[in-house]
Amino acid sequence: WRRNHRNTSCVIMSNNMQFMLLFSRQGKLRLQKWYVPLSDKEKKKITRELVQTVLARKPKMCSFLEWRDLKIVYKRYASLYFCCAIEDQDNELITLEIIHRYVELLDKYFGSVCELDIIFNFEKAYFILDEFLLGGEAQETSKKNVLKAIEQADLLQEVRYVIKPPWEQ
Amino acid sequence: MALKIVKGSIDRMFDKNLQDLVRGIRNHKEDEAKYISTCIDEIKQELKQDNIAVKANAVCKLTYLQMLGYDVSWAAFNIVEVMSSSKFTYKRIGYLAASQCFHENTDVIMLTTNQIRKDLSSPNQYDTGVALTGLSCFVTPDLARDLANDIMTLMSHTKPYIRKKAVLIMYKVFLKYPESLRPAFPRLKEKLEDPDPGVQSAAVNVICELARRNPKNYLSLAPLFFKLMTSSTNNWVLIKIIKLFGALTPLEPRLGKKLIEPLTNLIHSTSAMSLLYECVNTVIAGQYSCSVGHIKSHLLCVQKLRILIEDSDQNLKYLGLLAMSKILKTHPKSVQSHKDLILQCLDDKDESIRLRALDLLYGMVSKKNLMEIVKKLMIHVDKAEGTTYRDELLTKIIDICSQSNYQYITNFEWYISILVELTRLEGTRHGHLIASQMLDVAIRVKAIRVFAVAQMATLLDNAHLLTGNMQRNGICEVLYAAAWICGEFSEHLENPVQTLEAMLRPKVATLPGHIQAVYVQNAAKLFATILKNQEGNTDSTAAQETSQMMIDRLPLFVQSANLEVQERASCILQLVKYIQKLQQKDVEVAEEVSALFAGELNPVAPKAQKKVPVPEGLDLDAWINEPPSESESEDEQPKAIFTKEEPKHSRPRHTEVDEKELARRREARKQEQANNPFYIKASPSSQKVYQEAPGVEHIPVVQIDLSVPLKVPGLPMSDQYVKLEEERRQKERAEKKKKEKKKRKEKRSGRGKKHDSGPESEEDITPAHVVDIVTEEMPEVGMHLSDDVAQEDQNHLPVRVKICICMFCLCRPLADSEKLPVRSHRAAGAPKSSAEDGEAENATPQEPKKKSSKEKRDKKKDKERDRKVRLRCWKHFPPSGHKSDSRSTQSEGRTVVTFLVFPLPRKVCDIQGNLQDGSQVVVSVIFENKSDSFLKSMEFNVLDSLNSKLQRPEGSGPHDGLTVPFQLPPGVSNEARFVFTVQSIVMPQKLKGTLTFIVKNEDSSTHEKLDFKLHFTCTSYLITTPCYSDAFAKLLESGDLKSSSVRLEGVNMPFHHLLARICFHHHFSVVERIDSCASMYSRSIQGHHVCLLVKTSGQTVSIDAKCDEPTLLGNVLDEIKQTFSQC
Repeated sequence: WRRNHRNTSCVIMSNNMQFMLLFSRQGKLRLQKWYVPLSDKEKKKITRELVQTVLARKPKMCSFLEWRDLKIVYKRYASLYFCCAIEDQDNELITLEIIHRYVELLDKYFGSVCELDIIFNFEKAYFILDEFLLGGEAQETSKKNVLKAIEQADLLQEVRYVIKPPWEQ
Repeated sequence: MALKIVKGSIDRMFDKNLQDLVRGIRNHKEDEAKYISTCIDEIKQELKQDNIAVKANAVCKLTYLQMLGYDVSWAAFNIVEVMSSSKFTYKRIGYLAASQCFHENTDVIMLTTNQIRKDLSSPNQYDTGVALTGLSCFVTPDLARDLANDIMTLMSHTKPYIRKKAVLIMYKVFLKYPESLRPAFPRLKEKLEDPDPGVQSAAVNVICELARRNPKNYLSLAPLFFKLMTSSTNNWVLIKIIKLFGALTPLEPRLGKKLIEPLTNLIHSTSAMSLLYECVNTVIAGQYSCSVGHIKSHLLCVQKLRILIEDSDQNLKYLGLLAMSKILKTHPKSVQSHKDLILQCLDDKDESIRLRALDLLYGMVSKKNLMEIVKKLMIHVDKAEGTTYRDELLTKIIDICSQSNYQYITNFEWYISILVELTRLEGTRHGHLIASQMLDVAIRVKAIRVFAVAQMATLLDNAHLLTGNMQRNGICEVLYAAAWICGEFSEHLENPVQTLEAMLRPKVATLPGHIQAVYVQNAAKLFATILKNQEGNTDSTAAQETSQMMIDRLPLFVQSANLEVQERASCILQLVKYIQKLQQKDVEVAEEVSALFAGELNPVAPKAQKKVPVPEGLDLDAWINEPPSESESEDEQPKAIFTKEEPKHSRPRHTEVDEKELARRREARKQEQANNPFYIKASPSSQKVYQEAPGVEHIPVVQIDLSVPLKVPGLPMSDQYVKLEEERRQKERAEKKKKEKKKRKEKRSGRGKKHDSGPESEEDITPAHVVDIVTEEMPEVGMHLSDDVAQEDQNHLPVRVKICICMFCLCRPLADSEKLPVRSHRAAGAPKSSAEDGEAENATPQEPKKKSSKEKRDKKKDKERDRKVRLRCWKHFPPSGHKSDSRSTQSEGRTVVTFLVFPLPRKVCDIQGNLQDGSQVVVSVIFENKSDSFLKSMEFNVLDSLNSKLQRPEGSGPHDGLTVPFQLPPGVSNEARFVFTVQSIVMPQKLKGTLTFIVKNEDSSTHEKLDFKLHFTCTSYLITTPCYSDAFAKLLESGDLKSSSVRLEGVNMPFHHLLARICFHHHFSVVERIDSCASMYSRSIQGHHVCLLVKTSGQTVSIDAKCDEPTLLGNVLDEIKQTFSQC
């Protein structure tokens, strides 16, 4: 699919996603976005279960698994796992593309992104995600447009956050 | 002072922004919780400040803590405060915090309505943007109601950035506040043609999601979407539209046809795998239409899926297999041709792919490829690493083999050897599974018992090979099955003494208790068999040695800590000691010892109990014993039992008691037994013969001469059976070809060319053994048998109708012989005889004309009740019927269907009449639609003969057909009953009939006809009626029976088989048997008595028969002769 997503050039579209989780190899949650209303207790339970399940899989295994009545699509980038839950009729491959697109956006914004970027600027990671997906649907798949929107919104902010923690500079 | 402290802390706190918090947490790995609780205290202080910047900073940190799993709901109001800040910097953080922390039950949400409305109408598009984004996460029904109008306005905002978000959020609003859908929909529809592609696809997105929930309302948009689909080049939009059509097509079949072309084009042209996969899935899901175009696109899908599966990308492989399994449900044949590829996937390094492939294999097996597939799986079992996957393989192998009542197994020896091979797996948890399969097969496939017993004996003998790992895993469960099979079917053991010795080894005591218990019990069974064998010999010491061995070995089990083992062992030990005493006095005991375990085990359907008719007048809810007080009357009961017991032993075989009186008593007793729910009803006929002929009345067992050797020394290798099976099939095929040639000669004109060398088709393969199938759907067996005769068209054409015709007796409460097979084992003898004698005592004298009076009474019974009885009868009756097969040929797009009719071999045709109404026969017909089309307006018609007429409703003409009161969707079967009036029953007859029906396809409907024959044999007018030797003698003496006789040459079967065969096929019951001579009795529905005296010497069987109707007798004898000429 890597070679194919380039053909899908600009604009929009996709799936109804239930939630997206980012967690580290050690199982630490780095980002969570829920597109379905669930209680905190349930969210915690799902997160715990899923993190365990995904981490238990061997590296060479495919990116899909069936879990409860949902389909889980996950992909590992460096030390971070990106994990989405979609419904039965949804397209796994397009979800994988969405994950990849999000990673590309983070990469562009932070400049070769690493896990620490997301830890220290977690609200930025959220802002980017919110410009990209809305209510579980991809609203904008043009990287350029998403980044432009984020940059302009950032301009409105009065305080510039330090992008890298001091020891990395 | 206080102010200073506050100020100081402000400064310090101001320093601690999000980064500091994160860093702090990372530096306090040991006492993270403690550190965070101090942070939360600080945050609480910060939130008390008036400075919005401090508050926003605090809220930002809280959002982070929330992700770590800390409860921050207490700060909800502060979040609202930050949201309401006029500065975008803080507003953005506020909305983020709200979208992460708020949920429907957060009460402060209702305070936000006005703030959100203000932000939505803000001149700054980013203010509006964050408000919309936040709203998408925490919208509640109240918010949706209050803000629906504002959001709807935003759908026409000048900036596409806002329009896009507004359209998407509208979907959430619809979900929370459905009333908004109607007013907003026109505008949403407008957005489908928005100049901005982003807005356009947002609209497609929303409508697609809506349509998935309720497709009906969006059918009218189909043309618009169709236009979008053919014009759009955006893959993401295309995927959504295709998904939408997937939801719409079930409602509008024409749409499916129209879609085939663009979908096929996309499949051909696209390079995006996600789009390709979506198209393929949609085509697969729309399989219900079977137009030519669809078949093509379907083939294309399979082709493309093959490419996906062959791809090196694990993900594509996985999805390809997933989609294949969907195709499998509708078009198993097209998947089966890719068997090689799927077997290859079993080698994949990814376990999830291997499991998917296994799932597929389950659905792909056929009689033809089962052995091959299982062989491959066995190889994988051997090299699989990791017990989970190996256990999965094991369960799959068993699942695959045992599915639908072992439908695909043609050689059970092979299966047993597979099971035995599986026992050699180390560390499996599924020993019990293997064990239950062994038991099931050994019990249900009678022909395999000899082989199974030999294998199990070897297994027991080699138990020590398994013992090494037995304790740790469940494989020792297999020994449970092995011991039981060896004990229960011990008559087949080659060397029972050795097996007995193996079962009593000291090492057995290390097995789990429940297995030891089975060992002990079955050792006793074996012992009985051995005694029987040895007592026949001249050397009596052998028998005594066996007893001595039992006495030596059993004490080990008597000491067992397991109560069950201990109890059984001490019982049996005492018994053996007693036997030994008798042996020393030279008393023959074998007969009595084996009586302990006599009786045949028959399979019982899971729902069998339901079919036992509730006798008339029995109220299951009523008290059995009226609670206390009325105990006086019951006191008599036990006394009666004891007095009844007395004469049992002293009574001579033929008493002086008046015969009629006896018969009358018997009749009365049977009546009472029938009404007594606690009486275990044994079939009298089978009871007399069961030692030799095991329960033959109940089960349609076809004796099959096995063409392969049954005994294999040592543990079996399943492979050799694969080879043998190949040979067997070849032989069978050759025979069939011969037959076919003959047939073709007969009717050359019909169909010119027939493929001799065509590939072996599924139906050509006949099972080597027949499974006793006792389930709700008994006709299954009929299907098995019908495969024998089926001439299969090689082209596997779509339309295939199959009719099983079944006849059974009318209006008769179950006779004892028809009762469900009950395991009569052990208990059978006693209650019967005591009841017998007791009855005789209690019965009051009545006039001798009992039979006719009973008939009269029965005639009065209303039809409705009889009907119920009939239904029950049918359910556990041997299936029978006429077999028909259809062939169809395709010519220029139209399906032409021709049907051929084959009369069913007599041995599976069990037609019975009605004892009470001697002129009626009921024919029950199972209609099974094996085609892909809908069948309706079925009419059943039979050409009446002078003698037999189909009963038609009043007012209809003599040639009118009867409408079958149902229609048949594809794959459905149903049963209809037809009543025939028969005048004379002395001659067999064949009736020709036709079934007309309309085949309705999606685009056409054709009128079709199916010819069949009903064969009413004379046998079918006979009803198994038990008769006692004294009554039988009286009947023969009476002198008004004409006699006739017949000789059968070259009958090469044991005498009890011969009797069983006559009983089963011709509805006789054995009256008495002395050595190689037996008397049998049956009765016709019109009351003719038919008596047989069967004698055998060598291969010659002579049957002397007497009947009061010579023609009937002649025909019955002819039919019997024919039965034996066929075997």
